[in-house]
Order: sequence, then C-alpha cells, then structure tokens
Amino acid sequence: MASEKGVMLLDFWVSPFGQRARIALAEKGVEYEYKEENLRDKSELLLKSNPIHKKIPVLIHDGKPICESLIIVQYIDETWSDKAPLLPSDPYQRAQARFWADFVDKKVFECGGKLWKLKGEEQEAAKKEMIEILQILEAQLGDKKYFGGDIFGFVDVAFVPFTSWFYSYETCANFSVEEVAPKIVQWAKRCMERESVEKTLPDPKRVYEFVCYLKKRFGIE
Amino acid sequence: MVASAAVRLFGMWASPAVRRVEWALKLKGIEYEYIEEDLSNKSSSLLEFNPINKQVPVLVHNCNPIVESLVILEYIDETWKENPILPVDPLERAKARFWATFVDVKCREESRKAFFMEGEEKEKAIENLQVQLKALDEELEGKKFFSGDHIGYTDLAVGWMAFWLGVAEEAAGFKANYDVKFPNFSRWMKDFLAEPVIKDNLPPREKTVEFFRAFKQLGSCTKVNQK
Repeated sequence: MASEKGVMLLDFWVSPFGQRARIALAEKGVEYEYKEENLRDKSELLLKSNPIHKKIPVLIHDGKPICESLIIVQYIDETWSDKAPLLPSDPYQRAQARFWADFVDKKVFECGGKLWKLKGEEQEAAKKEMIEILQILEAQLGDKKYFGGDIFGFVDVAFVPFTSWFYSYETCANFSVEEVAPKIVQWAKRCMERESVEKTLPDPKRVYEFVCYLKKRFGIE
Repeated sequence: MVASAAVRLFGMWASPAVRRVEWALKLKGIEYEYIEEDLSNKSSSLLEFNPINKQVPVLVHNCNPIVESLVILEYIDETWKENPILPVDPLERAKARFWATFVDVKCREESRKAFFMEGEEKEKAIENLQVQLKALDEELEGKKFFSGDHIGYTDLAVGWMAFWLGVAEEAAGFKANYDVKFPNFSRWMKDFLAEPVIKDNLPPREKTVEFFRAFKQLGSCTKVNQK
C-alpha cells in the first residue's frame, strides 16, 4: 500500500456506514479522495486495507487504513480536533454518546434488513421491534435539537444515514415513522439542513430502488 | 485512591465482561463497591441503572450509570488519568478499538456457536474461530502484549479469551488448538493470566466450568445476560 499523503475513503454509495465517515469528514472540512467500490468485485486496495473484514468503509490516511465506521468517526474526531468536535469533552457525556451510537449500530441496520427481507409474521415482529427502537431513540432525543444537544455530534452522525432508509422500511413493512416517532422525523429534517448531511445522504427513493434490486437479486418477492 | 462510595460496580461472578471492568479499576487503583447480581432475579437498582439492556456490568460513578464494558473502559481511562490503558495517538487508538470490537463481536459469536452447537455447525464455528485466532496471533508478532510491553485496553478487551475460552472448551467438549497452532497467542494467554491484577481477579476455574456446563444444558440458543 502506497504511503501517499492525504485522505482516501473506500466506500459504497448507499452504505449508511460509509455515509457516517463522509459526514464526519465534511463536518471537519477535510478534503479527501472518494473511491466507489464494486462490492461484487472488491479492489486489491480494499482487500489489503481491510483483510479481516474485507468491508467498506475504509479510511486511508497517509497510507494507513482505519476500519469500522464508528472507529473511523472517532479517529476523524481525534485527528482533526480543532474543528466541530463530535464527541463532548465530559467523560460521562462521552460514555452516553458511545452507548447510544453502539445502540444504533446493534439495532437499526439488522432490524431494518429484516423489514425488507422477511414476510408475514416474521416481518410483523421485525416491524414491532423497529417501532420500539425508534421510540427508544426518540425518548433519548427528547426535545433536544440534536442527540448531541445543541451540537451535531457522534450519535447524530451514527444514526442520520439510516433516515434515508426510512422510506424503504415504511414501504416494505407498511408503517409510518412520522406516526410512531415524530420527533425523529423532525430531527432528521434539521440534520438535512446541514450541508454535510444534505450532500451525503442519497434520495430515499434511490435507496428504495436499491432495496428492490436487492430483493430481486436474493429472490425475495 | 477514590472513596469507595463514589464508585459501584454491578456484576456477576462468572461474567468475563464484568471482570474486564474490574481489571481496569484495579490497574488504576480505584476503590469500588462490588454488588453481585442474581441474573435470574435482577435487582431494581440494576433495572433502574440499565433499563435498555438490563445487563451487567454497570458502573455507577457519583450516581451516574455507565453501561457496556468497552464503553466503561474508555470512561475509566478518561476519568482516572493514572496508568493510561488507551494509547494517545489516534491511529493506535483506532487499532486498539478495532481489535476490541473484533473479539467482542466476531470471536464471541464463533465461540458462542462452538459452545452451544453440535455436529457440522460446531465444526464450522471452530474453523472460523481458528481463522480469527490466526489474525490475533499475527497481531502479536514481536509484542509481549497487544498494547506493547504492558497490558492495556486491547489486552483487557481480548482478555476473556485467555481464561473463558478454555472454560468454554472444557464445558462444551471442543478444542480450538491454539497451543499447537498459534504460539504467539498461546504465549500471550499465559503472560496475561500471570499479570498480578489479572491473576488475583479471576473466578475459580472449576466452579466456572461447572457453571458453563449447566448453562449449556439449559438450552441451545439462550443468550448470556452479560455484555
């Protein structure tokens, strides 16, 4: 791997995990080279940079790879620490932020996947689970502007990419995020007013097209 | 030394995630009150402090609860600055976190399958675990501990494997063969368990094996109530 100076991001356009890294880099005003990976034909660079998981996103900074999206976001926060801090300075608040980012990580993507992969009773169960997850997150947000309070922070970065999947979740499982968690929808709109988020997140309809393509590919009707 | 009333740890004696937190507290010389939880009959305090996951460990510092053992480790490191367990450099910190997540998510999953399942699924899990152990073995090349000359965050995160992997093997009748195949990892396990803070803070082996044996008999896919 070349020890080139600069920042490169190996990514895939629709990945919410990659979007976390893109949003964090944008918040910090870091210039970087974006490389779109074909996940069905992964590049040598990706396989060498992330030999254990072979997954995107991978951030490569001055030739050194960093893997796992939340680890990448913390790395970005610690390396470009002069601007737009994503984690608060108080250790207890930081622990809270890490807990909730970890909660999003463990719950949202997997449950979301079940909503478009499954049918019938299993899908119903997944829908109930997703509603519960959204309501727990809504309770945590409360009346704050962002999960980070007044500051757009670590938990906001961790969760906001999934908002472009809400339309897909709603359409596949027949429910409304706005009905079950209106504050989350309002929060998502506020996040979209930020250039970093607005320029990064794909149109929810494009995400849905991608979900439909995946369903065809996996033979899910 | 910190006043003991200020720091409380809710735990369960057999839990590796709880010991991980205790090792960190002891490395830092932090005094704490330990509260043993009966996970089949959780206390109202535990449920109040960890309403989302309802699990141990929970660290309560000045009445503020912190949950998830790796989150607790970072909190401990940021609050009590003596004997730092995480490196200062952001790239080294990213690597430390990477390995911690790797063992907590991937190795734990394969170990769990090797422990609970039988037949082909068990064999497949053992194979996968060995691939993971190989990666850990390579990471240890030229190093005494994952964190360098002294134990640190990564060692504390991987630490459950030094003791509980052997326990799981004995309780569930399988062998990952690290002593033969992965010399660096095998050597690290011995060195880690010989460290005073670790040696003096492990559950009794026989009792732990019995506990996990009984746990396996309880059912094939019960999730352990600990993180």
